[in-house]
Amino acid sequence: METNLALLLLFAPFAGFLINIFFGKKLSKTLTGTLGTVAVAVSFAATLYFFLQVLQTKTPVMVNLFEWLHLANFTVNFSFQLDQLSLLWLMFVTGIGTLIHMYSISYMHDDENMHKFFAYLNLFVFFMITLVMGSNLLIMFIGWEGVGLCSYLLIGFWYKNQEYNDAAKKAFIMNRIGDLGFLIGIFILAYLFHTVEYDLMKAELENGWSVDKAWLGIAMLCLFIGACGKSAQLPLYTWLPDAMAGPTPVSALIHAATMVTAGIFMITRLNFLFNLTPDVLEIIAVVGAVTSLVAASIGLVQNDIKKVLAYSTVSQLGLIFLALGLGAYEIAVFHVITHAFFKACLFLGSGSVIHALHGEQDMRNMGGLRKVMKITFVTFLISTLAISGLPPFSGFFSKDEILMTAFHHNKPLWVIGSLASIMTAFYMFRLLYLTFYKDFRGTEEQKHHLHESPTLITFPLIVLAILALVGGAISLPGMSWLNEYLAPVMAKPAEHHHLGNTEYMLMGIAVVGALIGIGVAYAKYIKKGEVPPADAQITGVTNVLYNKYYVDEIYTAIIIKPIYAIGSFFKNVTEVALSGFVFGLGRAATLLGNQGKTVQNGSIGFYLLVFVLGVCSILGYIFLVK
Amino acid sequence: MLTLFYILSAITLGTAFLTILSKNPIHSAIYLVLCFFSIAGHYLMFNAQFLFIVHIIVYSGAIMILMLFTIMLMNLNKADEKNKPILSRIAAVVAFCLVALVLLATFIKSQPVINEYKVSGQDFQSIKVLGQVLLNNYMVPFEFASVLLLVSMIGAVLLSKKEHINN
Amino acid sequence: MENILQQVGIDNYIYLSTLLFCVGIFGVLFRRNAIVMFMSIEIMLNAVNLLLVAFSTYHQDAAGQVFVFFSMAVAAAEVAVGLAILVAVYRNHNGIDIDNLKKLKG
Repeated sequence: METNLALLLLFAPFAGFLINIFFGKKLSKTLTGTLGTVAVAVSFAATLYFFLQVLQTKTPVMVNLFEWLHLANFTVNFSFQLDQLSLLWLMFVTGIGTLIHMYSISYMHDDENMHKFFAYLNLFVFFMITLVMGSNLLIMFIGWEGVGLCSYLLIGFWYKNQEYNDAAKKAFIMNRIGDLGFLIGIFILAYLFHTVEYDLMKAELENGWSVDKAWLGIAMLCLFIGACGKSAQLPLYTWLPDAMAGPTPVSALIHAATMVTAGIFMITRLNFLFNLTPDVLEIIAVVGAVTSLVAASIGLVQNDIKKVLAYSTVSQLGLIFLALGLGAYEIAVFHVITHAFFKACLFLGSGSVIHALHGEQDMRNMGGLRKVMKITFVTFLISTLAISGLPPFSGFFSKDEILMTAFHHNKPLWVIGSLASIMTAFYMFRLLYLTFYKDFRGTEEQKHHLHESPTLITFPLIVLAILALVGGAISLPGMSWLNEYLAPVMAKPAEHHHLGNTEYMLMGIAVVGALIGIGVAYAKYIKKGEVPPADAQITGVTNVLYNKYYVDEIYTAIIIKPIYAIGSFFKNVTEVALSGFVFGLGRAATLLGNQGKTVQNGSIGFYLLVFVLGVCSILGYIFLVK
Repeated sequence: MLTLFYILSAITLGTAFLTILSKNPIHSAIYLVLCFFSIAGHYLMFNAQFLFIVHIIVYSGAIMILMLFTIMLMNLNKADEKNKPILSRIAAVVAFCLVALVLLATFIKSQPVINEYKVSGQDFQSIKVLGQVLLNNYMVPFEFASVLLLVSMIGAVLLSKKEHINN
Repeated sequence: MENILQQVGIDNYIYLSTLLFCVGIFGVLFRRNAIVMFMSIEIMLNAVNLLLVAFSTYHQDAAGQVFVFFSMAVAAAEVAVGLAILVAVYRNHNGIDIDNLKKLKG
């Protein structure tokens, strides 16, 4: 029963994928969309069942399907693990997934390849579930690669645009770099523990299995590189903003709510190993904090509505990594969840705006939408408040917890995180003001067509906005349900912050910081009514930020160019030499063959002569020589 | 008897050589008939009467007549054959000498194995005995031989008629 | 009963048929005319037949002579088919000079 249900949970989206990819073209658009949505909803229902069950019994559900690999002292099972952590992840993956599928039915309705879109989305959900459910690193790797593939397919969904294809390739290649790290990490762990099952590794450690600390450190670092690639951390984050080339629901589902959290999931899953390597955790914390600041500062001046959200995603993920690096896994998970709610809501809201403006993404051409798109505006506002970290919205609790932990462990990181938060508040309200306030700045024709989106789009927005509003309730400071819930999968008990004066002061600082950010944005874009200048007029520091610190250009200069140079060297020198050698061999063989061909002269007399001589020599050898 | 053997052997080898060396195919054929007759003489010396008769009928009677007919049909009865290149002819002579040398050397080397011949006095080659052996022990091969001859006959007809079928 | 082998000896027959066989080989290699080559093959067959009969007598066994009988049947069949082939070749090439048959050339 449990096995079947777990398989249903896993394969429902896959079935949706198969149906949509093979028969989708013949089905009507609404039907393909509904099929895709129902497939994910089924998974969600199954997840809910397991979630409630585990909530009661507190024992994880293990499903062992078969033995996958058996080597000398190394066995990998094809098994799934439904414990507190994976179920929590599945809850929001399938839950938000269902909402976004629903949203896509309406959003993608005009696209001729809608069935393909839903097929890819379903496939993505399938791989994400595999990633989360797997009971060992190899199965996680299957999902890990699978979601990368789906991300590639979906970013390049509008494949007729070369820029989008490039963005898809970039995402794929960046992910590959991370994946290599992840794979090497798995290899080292397999070497160290003779297993890749989470439970067995944990048990071995508890039984006093001695592990080479240096190798373990390298393994953890490699895994972290993998997480960097998937979760868009410095220095591999550049793919995520470009990934916004895909349809907006994809940005919401994959590049904000679920796939990018895979790295965080992996680190949380292996928290018992990361705890053993404090140095690596230090690196994670620093990388996270710096990423959060860098991305936030870039987000300050972006004009593309989805780019702003993309940088905000990178920045928030940076904060989550900061939490991970500080060993506060519960808080990281908490922020992942709240972030999934409000960021999905923000992306879908921006999708709704883009939908209303028929593909316009530049905020300089928006404005005044508040009056027309009331539901979108309200949900967007709630999510913006949540991400800015104002109480009582969910973002406040999670972000505050992160900053509080940072304050207790490492004050410079706290400063960086706080700065990033203030910036976040600023650019999110900048986005809000530019999009929804003042007057509409687009063309007359667009203005004429402005409309609120249909129910299928607004319903997910409302649900997500409500979740963004109340999501903080799962882990209130002082009485955290989440910490308790996650305790079984964590190696160390969660830190308990006594709510003293310091803590209240920190909360105050965070709120005041957010208010300052909002205030500056208000003064700039409402009071003065500024509109960001056109690309050509951007100068000074703003220009550096607008061009994302020229990171892409730097990568081009220091990595891509040398690789091209090596490539052309191999092509022009090595290839010529090698193929010269190989062709030379071929030519020699041909020459030899041509010589040998003259023996086959077709003259029967000659053949007979040779035949007679042959018989002679055989007879001579047998009877005379031997 | 020995004298007779030498005479017959000389005829056999000589006509065989003449068969090969004469320019005109008709002459070759006639020398070959002579050669076959001398071999039949050998058979007679062995007292193998059945084979003597069959040999003359089959070889001299059937095969050689067939060949003569073919030669005449193709109008080959003139010595217009060009000689092989000199190199091939030398090669042929060398090969002939070599094979003869090897085979003779082989047999001479194995001479000790050949024992003195003893007569058992048993009748083993009269037509009566041969008939019994042929139709008792070798019945199936005998039938197969008939099938083979039938098939070759059909094949020969088909091959020589092929052109007409194509047209 | 008098027997030829007592007076001549098996080895003489062996030498005779060996030489006859070699003459056959020589003919095959020496001539270009397909019919004469054919005759050379017949000579070789006869050399073998002769030796078979000699050994049959030597062993006092009828099987050897039966074999010669079969060999003759096969030779007859061979000649029939071979000559048919020669006729076909003659029609296509206007001659049976084997040096002109070089279709086997690689």
